[in-house]
Amino acid sequence: MGNILLSSLVFSPLLAIIVMAFIPNRHAGVIKQVGIYGTLPALILAGWMFGMFNYETANLQFVEKHSWISIPIGMAQAGTVFAFEINYELGIDGISMPLILLTAIIGTLAAIASWQIKKRQKEYFILFHLLLIGMLGVFAADNLFLFFIFFELTLVPMYFLIGIWGYGEREQAANKFLLYNGIGSGIMLLAFIVIFVIMRTLNIDEITAILTTPGHPITEILTPEMRFGIFLVLFIAFAIKLPVFPFHTWMLRVHVQAPPSIVMIHSGILLKMGAYGLLRMGIGFFPEQAYDFSMWIAVLGIINILYGAVLAFVQKDLKMVLAYSSISHMGIVLLGFASMNTIGFQGAMFQVVSHGFISALLFFLIGVIWDRTQTSMLDDLGGLAKSMPFVSGVLLAGGMASLGLPGMSGFISEFFAFLGLFGRLPVMAAVGAIGIVLTAVYLLRAILKTTFGPTPGRCTGLADAQPMEVIPMVVLLGCIILIGVYPAVLGNPMQQALKTIVPIVTGIGG
Amino acid sequence: MEVKDIFSYDWSYLLPEFIILGFATFLSLLDLFAGKRLGKQVIGWLSFLGTVIAAIFVIINMNALNKPYSYMIDMIRIDDYGNAFKLIFLAGTAFAILISLSYLKAGEVQHRGEYYYLLLTGLLGAMVMASSADLITLFVGLELLSLSSYVLVGLRKKSRLSNESAFKYVVSGSIATAVLLFGMSYVYGLAGTTHIYEISFRLAEAGMAGYQFLVYTAFAFLAVGLAFKISAAPNHMWAPDVYQGAPTPVTVFLAVVSKAAGFALIFRVMMISFFNVSDGTGSGRFFFEEGSLYLGLMAAASMIIGNTMALRQTNVKRMMAYSGIAQAGYLLVPFVPPTSLFFSEVIFYLFGYLLVSFGAFAVIMVVSREQETEDLKGFAGLYHRSPVMAIAMSIFLLSLAGIPITVGFFGKFYLFMGTLVVENYWLAAIMIITSVISYYYYFGIIRQMYMRPGTTEAPMVVPKGIWTFILIMAIATVFFGAFPGLVTDYIQIHFNPSFDFGNMLSPSSQ
Repeated sequence: MGNILLSSLVFSPLLAIIVMAFIPNRHAGVIKQVGIYGTLPALILAGWMFGMFNYETANLQFVEKHSWISIPIGMAQAGTVFAFEINYELGIDGISMPLILLTAIIGTLAAIASWQIKKRQKEYFILFHLLLIGMLGVFAADNLFLFFIFFELTLVPMYFLIGIWGYGEREQAANKFLLYNGIGSGIMLLAFIVIFVIMRTLNIDEITAILTTPGHPITEILTPEMRFGIFLVLFIAFAIKLPVFPFHTWMLRVHVQAPPSIVMIHSGILLKMGAYGLLRMGIGFFPEQAYDFSMWIAVLGIINILYGAVLAFVQKDLKMVLAYSSISHMGIVLLGFASMNTIGFQGAMFQVVSHGFISALLFFLIGVIWDRTQTSMLDDLGGLAKSMPFVSGVLLAGGMASLGLPGMSGFISEFFAFLGLFGRLPVMAAVGAIGIVLTAVYLLRAILKTTFGPTPGRCTGLADAQPMEVIPMVVLLGCIILIGVYPAVLGNPMQQALKTIVPIVTGIGG
Repeated sequence: MEVKDIFSYDWSYLLPEFIILGFATFLSLLDLFAGKRLGKQVIGWLSFLGTVIAAIFVIINMNALNKPYSYMIDMIRIDDYGNAFKLIFLAGTAFAILISLSYLKAGEVQHRGEYYYLLLTGLLGAMVMASSADLITLFVGLELLSLSSYVLVGLRKKSRLSNESAFKYVVSGSIATAVLLFGMSYVYGLAGTTHIYEISFRLAEAGMAGYQFLVYTAFAFLAVGLAFKISAAPNHMWAPDVYQGAPTPVTVFLAVVSKAAGFALIFRVMMISFFNVSDGTGSGRFFFEEGSLYLGLMAAASMIIGNTMALRQTNVKRMMAYSGIAQAGYLLVPFVPPTSLFFSEVIFYLFGYLLVSFGAFAVIMVVSREQETEDLKGFAGLYHRSPVMAIAMSIFLLSLAGIPITVGFFGKFYLFMGTLVVENYWLAAIMIITSVISYYYYFGIIRQMYMRPGTTEAPMVVPKGIWTFILIMAIATVFFGAFPGLVTDYIQIHFNPSFDFGNMLSPSSQ
């Protein structure tokens, strides 16, 4: 187990932090360059690992394990001390691999987008890289304690990134973010420790194995009611992060107030940590309970889809349209989970990755537009296609991907998610599908209003995309189309891992 | 128990106490006869030396003693439990002396000599409290600590605030002492002895003989009286005023040393005295059922009151006082009911609290003196003026809030785990919710430091001594947060915590 590849991937942003710490504040340009290049080691390593990844197996790969903390709790027989062990364990499977690659790609692109940051660049990039460590760690952790630490590690930099570099009401947004997510991770910790105390391990794989083995001695301690209780606690914790309907208000504020590069990360990756946790720790640990609860997951998913779509339609701010659109799209992830079969899960995970790219692209574009026009209100925008044809074109393409045009990633994910759900809850699926229509309505309305129509004074004579801005647009759009045209690139690694979850679900639940 | 001649004891185990006593006496005489001619700092450095030598002897005792050594029927009792607490008291006093040495405002405290040896006598009181098992010596220790503290609080003679707080402290302290003595009189009345291990059996008999109600009454009075020292609800009201009025090093001495001493006492007295008392049904033990539930309610009330009242504070020392009330609540959690983890939980938490409190109060001292205000706004823009101070303060605040990777996080995690081992979900839930509430006010200071413009941008001058001290505390906070195992292992190896509550229980009562 002398493999340190995964650790070097997760902690590679530290290199940039150390280098930056020695650069004086006045060299803003150098700091920005280091900030961008600093994300490359993670990107290269992630790409390389994706290439080396063996997707024939569902086992964890690149596993690392070191003992870390041991808490003695009493004497076992023969005088040996009995202890709780907390280990440093990393490992990735087919579900986390694509997410790590997604994080690395969006990380680099968001760093490029951060070129726009005009004040306190050094602190910005140091916090940015801390955030990156947290996000990579969340997906790489194979231990609940470690998962939690990385999860929390994203909280503090995000607070600063929103609160210092955001727009007008940034501090309120940062506070709301902190409190909601603090509660989320707090109750997550509660569930984790209950699991730890009962099962005496924090290893995700071991816990999954123990919980899903029928007749395991643990079942005597862990009654079905308790299982359901822990499942529900985990579900709420991740529902706040995702965010699921009644817990979504914080996310709107963050989307509107945070700087564009941070919204790219937030909407592209941080929301996905909720979906990932839900699949791995909610459904993965408690398949039976999830199966019984799947009806409600579907209901919540539908609420998310329709509520998000309807409210997106009435928004006056382009950012709010996309924020509500994110809520709507996260509903599709829930629907995929509710299907409880391979296709549905695949749809959900596809949606996770695809929405990561799409929303990163769209929020990047909003940042570009804001940079030129100082507004994102739909009424103040219009006719951008004349002065910014390239940006407008990419915006249209991104919108198309978001509403699920065939040939783009959005289509594949929606198709799989609904296909999966039709197999199990056809009525729900039919209701949810209305959302697809609504998506087309609000997105086209917003995009048409922005790019075509009468051109207000402030929207004339704007510069089109600069080289620094073209790179993220092209790369993101490329990823979107690649997944749309060749879904196997994502499907293959996931396949095996998802297959191990599904038989457990269906095998027990019927 | 066989009666021993006073010379037949091996007095060397009491060297730590003797050294402190000796230094206090010597320094008071030195101050009396040579005070004017001595350099300002000499007495301070000598008292620091005293604490260091005493600590060395405590460590020697720890290694030399395998089982408790008792003087005069447990009047004084050297055991693991007391030694662990003594190390915390000694470190706390040493730190208090250090920050006073480098930063006590000229003219703020008129009687510098007295200041230092009063800290030593207070320390001696705390040490006696930690290592005796007899109500008389416990009470003498408590009063020694209290009287020293009363004077210390009022030592800023010319400050109206200091006078007021000293007055309040004396009055409310005396009332608490009276309540405590009232409780002790019940215990003595029922047991007919002041020896705690004897009481343990006598109270059990009294309970069986139909004096259940009186036993409970004794417990309630003792708990309320002792709650004063640890500033836990319902006897917490003094803390904000006193914390605000006292010189800052004294404030933190009260917050750490005095509070830890209170805990040493509360656990020794409450737990051992009521260890054998059965509850009403005769099946369970009173302390592990109703008694600890009572302490649990105190813990819950302290957490809720402390954390919610802190939200409204604008004076940073008052805010820290409410935070201290909340921390007292957390520290009571392991006793609901005590598990085999409780001893190392408490010691670890106190260890972390020691580092963090001293660090935070040192920063507060520097900032409030420089800004000439203790208002939260004094922190505005600190980051631009002294990044090191701001980052260190952020680390302390994050640790108090319980965010990884800090020592405070692991402390809370440990407490949390302990309470879930005994399935105290309600207390765990209160802990989580109040912790998240606490984010708001801890981050309030962080907000000031990073997001608000200060009155000036000029770099802040921080004396070297205090700068180094703060830096070391900050590094230690992170280091022990990442490797808490070092401390838990140390506790495990040197204090034998798991099996008989750190040698607290006499062998016959287990």
